[in-house]
Amino acid sequence: MTATEIRPTTDALLKTEAPKKPANMGQILRWMLLFLGGVAMVMPIAYMISTSLKWPHEVYNLKLIPDEPHIENYTYVLEDGRFYWWFVNSMIIAVITTICNVIFDSLVGYTLCKFRFPGRYIVFIAILSTLMIPTEMLVIPWYLMSQQFGWLDTYWGIMFPGLMTAFGTFLMKQFFETVPDDFIEAARIDGLNELQIWWTVAMPLVKPALAALAIFVFLGNWTAFIWPLIVTNSVEMYTLPVGLSSFGDEADVAWELIMTGAAISTIPTLIVFLIFQRYIIQGVVMAGLKG
Amino acid sequence: MADLAIRNLVKRYDKTEVLHGISLDVEDGEFVVFVGPSGCGKSTTLRLIAGLEDATGGEIAIGGRVVNNLEPKDRDIAMVFQNYAIYPHMTVRKNIGFGLRTAKMSKADKDARIDEVAGILGMTDLLARKPSQLSGGQRQRVAIGRAMVRDPAVFLFDEPLSNLDAQLRTQMRLEIKKLHQRVGNTIIFVTHDQVEAMTMADRIVIMRDGHIQQVGTPAEVYHKPANTFVARFIGAPSMNMLSGMVENGALRMASGATLDLGAGLPEGREITIGVRPEDLHPGDGPALVRGPVTVREPLGHETLIYVGAEGQEVIAKADGRTPPNVGEVVTLTAAVDTLHVFDAATGDALR
Ligand SMILES: Nc1ncnc2c1ncn2[C@@H]1O[C@H](COP(=O)(O)OP(=O)(O)OP(=O)(O)O)[C@@H](O)[C@H]1O
Ligand SMILES: [Mg+2]
Repeated sequence: MTATEIRPTTDALLKTEAPKKPANMGQILRWMLLFLGGVAMVMPIAYMISTSLKWPHEVYNLKLIPDEPHIENYTYVLEDGRFYWWFVNSMIIAVITTICNVIFDSLVGYTLCKFRFPGRYIVFIAILSTLMIPTEMLVIPWYLMSQQFGWLDTYWGIMFPGLMTAFGTFLMKQFFETVPDDFIEAARIDGLNELQIWWTVAMPLVKPALAALAIFVFLGNWTAFIWPLIVTNSVEMYTLPVGLSSFGDEADVAWELIMTGAAISTIPTLIVFLIFQRYIIQGVVMAGLKG
Repeated sequence: MADLAIRNLVKRYDKTEVLHGISLDVEDGEFVVFVGPSGCGKSTTLRLIAGLEDATGGEIAIGGRVVNNLEPKDRDIAMVFQNYAIYPHMTVRKNIGFGLRTAKMSKADKDARIDEVAGILGMTDLLARKPSQLSGGQRQRVAIGRAMVRDPAVFLFDEPLSNLDAQLRTQMRLEIKKLHQRVGNTIIFVTHDQVEAMTMADRIVIMRDGHIQQVGTPAEVYHKPANTFVARFIGAPSMNMLSGMVENGALRMASGATLDLGAGLPEGREITIGVRPEDLHPGDGPALVRGPVTVREPLGHETLIYVGAEGQEVIAKADGRTPPNVGEVVTLTAAVDTLHVFDAATGDALR
């Protein structure tokens, strides 16, 4: 019932292994569906890499293996100074936004979950209700606001709408529900103040949720397109997705260069995922052992 | 170390009052056990003492100092929770040392204190482990260690043993008692297990529906229960209750027998007679109960027999070698001085 009973052993993982049975129709069907799903997931990536290895005249030839694969596109993109700018811009924005979300979402989520105060429910509903407004609807007010404050074409302008998210707050609130009140009360008796309790007791207990949140927020900001496109004007302020889409000239979109940039830009997301995934897997194991 | 005084403590959640003005004095170094059925307000009382909840009315004083308006950390108490509340992400050493985080001590002094506590609890070898690598009993010991490390005036335990299996519970019961004899701090211990209460307590506080029913040593509450509730709650199997009536200064039982209990019984009043199973046995004395044996439970040296009579079932003890058979009609009797007499209307003890 309590988190202290978590025993992350390997037996839990082993137990999930299906007993060996002869394959039947259902199983074959399941495998086929999984295979199709896998293909659907892998194809765009395969094409991205394949296109990045093609010459411009081959781009609209949908062969997966290029006739004359080469890495000229990579040298071109990496030698183009703009790419570095965009990469750095995206990195700064994604990292700062991720850190802010992890801190602010969990602070608010924790407060809504563990403190009883008048108006708590209304605040929670208000935060949740913002989930129902799509980004596209907010872009114009954000733009007008940025214009008034002089935030256009700045990092702050790109970042401010996403420094806290309703989704993250909700996610963290739900996860803090799994932290027994006893932990918090014990820390209170031991003389910690509320901020220390949040940081040293509650936060370590929701690491899996923090990892998931970090991945979501990082990916979301790394790949964000519409808002950065609107709020930035100068080429130096572009983020990677905005910058990549500007490759080529008026007459022709340079798909091979876009795909090359895209392929390079997936590397940080892979790294982020590899860093945080073990916490996510840990979280799944924990959840399985509870109760 | 300090004494604890509770005066007219009241606790209300919104409109429901869950503690109706309880008062209690606990002496320095005393081991007091709160016992009572679920929902009677034991945890609430403990949380009020700890400062985790605010009292609606009344006063709590620890060591002569009224603590109502103090934060938990300033009350000089430590609490051990039912599910241990030890942090899974910290080692045993960190967990035990957690209570010292805010103490003004050098690192070396803190380490020495942690080692001392670990030594007392026999956990020196486990200090580097995480809670997930400990057994239930060891985790409970860590929780106790964390409370001990600050040497608080009062220890508060809220059902610390209820998550353990029966054997471990018995063992930890003994360990906590030994620990108390060794460190001598005042302890308030909450449980709903009357055996735990009887075996550990210097004094037992029996609660029901937000009221204290009786405060006394284990012997007192066992031999002189203040009312039928305490009488039935303490002791297992619980006390048999028989009804009777005072007529001409003597007690007439529903079974027809007449008992002379001496003077002082209110004439014409309905009475409840309590008799513990161990005092009730088949025999030739005045027939308290007469009826057929419905069930036999051999315990070895003696046998529990259930006897059906007047619409209820009473439990008695018979000799282990020659117990009556099921179906056999027996007459149960008890020595007059083992009988407890209660007012049938109020349930209060009459003598
Ligand atoms: N936060 C709360 N709001 C309203 N009522 C509460 C609250 N906490 C406890 N109560 C009520 O107060 C009463 C006493 O609860 P308490 O937890 O003290 O019981 P307990 O004696 O510890 O029982 P148990 O043996 O089940 O732990 C119960 O009727 C409970 O429903
Ligand atoms: Mg309780």
